[in-house]
Amino acid sequence: MTIPRDQALTALAPHVRDEDIVVAVYQTNFDWMALNSRPLNYVAVGAMGQASSHGLGLALANPDRRVFVFDGDGSLLMNLGSLVTIAGSGVTNLHHLLFANRTYEVNGAHPLPAADKVDFEGFARAAGYRESRSFSDLETFRAALPGFIDTPGPQMTVLEIVPGAPYPRDYAYIHGAEARQRFRDAFKAPR
Amino acid sequence: MVATSNSTVDAPSVPHPSGAAILAAIKAAGVREVVAVPDIVTSDGLLWPISHDPDFRLTRLCKEDEGVSICAAMSFNGTRAVLMMQQTGLMDSLNAIRAIGMDYEMPVVMLVGLQGKEPHLPPEQSSVYGVRIVQPVLRAMEISHSLIEAPGDEAHIPEAVDRAYALSRPHIFLVGRAPEAS
Repeated sequence: MTIPRDQALTALAPHVRDEDIVVAVYQTNFDWMALNSRPLNYVAVGAMGQASSHGLGLALANPDRRVFVFDGDGSLLMNLGSLVTIAGSGVTNLHHLLFANRTYEVNGAHPLPAADKVDFEGFARAAGYRESRSFSDLETFRAALPGFIDTPGPQMTVLEIVPGAPYPRDYAYIHGAEARQRFRDAFKAPR
Repeated sequence: MVATSNSTVDAPSVPHPSGAAILAAIKAAGVREVVAVPDIVTSDGLLWPISHDPDFRLTRLCKEDEGVSICAAMSFNGTRAVLMMQQTGLMDSLNAIRAIGMDYEMPVVMLVGLQGKEPHLPPEQSSVYGVRIVQPVLRAMEISHSLIEAPGDEAHIPEAVDRAYALSRPHIFLVGRAPEAS
């Protein structure tokens, strides 16, 4: 059983507060922007799996905000050591949600190495995350969300997903100066 | 394989910079966040003292390109940081610096030890290939950089850090001689 990605994001949306920061990658980012456009969506992650490291920088510099990283499994494999760095940093405000489709989706949907064997939940637990869990059923995920979304981090939640609705891939926006300025301006807004 | 110099025999003795003076200059630049992968050039003179200094928060990394993203992300609310590594890590992080520092125009300040460089020679005259190419590579990438070799070189650190954050661009300090701990 797997979860359509857009339905997982729709389930998450009510739990993300205005002051929270969301760092999302690739198709999860495009879906999230379409479903929940908000000033504190951080889209300037570059490439090569850097979202978790951007999330850590934001969590360290903004201890009074929750930081959600909506990561990809292919992305995380390119920066797997970041799990250890995050665990060692002492941050408690970082929630890492891994959207695992077991493929490099936007690069032709080729399978990950060892796609049917990799245990992402186990990676995070072994790295020293406070808690780690997996879901492959939408209703189970939705029911469990209130129980962990406000708990101290670092928290890992692995979602076994499949593509949902085909939201457009606006690469020009996520790599453009406008998106970074919108995020920067959001810090100046009164809380 | 790590290339090492074989041309230090009979090399002239040269003064090394003060680690304490470098750290004072970093503090004067308003930096309190340090993210680092250990580097033998800066280990005794900078990283160990930083790890014991309550004025700094040190975040230890598994790999250098993580630090490029961490420093850039910190800057969004005005937090200044320094990323420390060896030149091997710099070479490994070039794509992150290209994407995040240059394409995205983000301030990432780095302190890079030149492992294997002969203390009496400028980097581009080193017999070590991995040292000799550093400045030409940085020039090709249009990345601002400067040298910290002799006592007093640290004086330019605050102004260079200020400029990096004012322009929202990377700057790399290349440390060519191991700083003294004092």
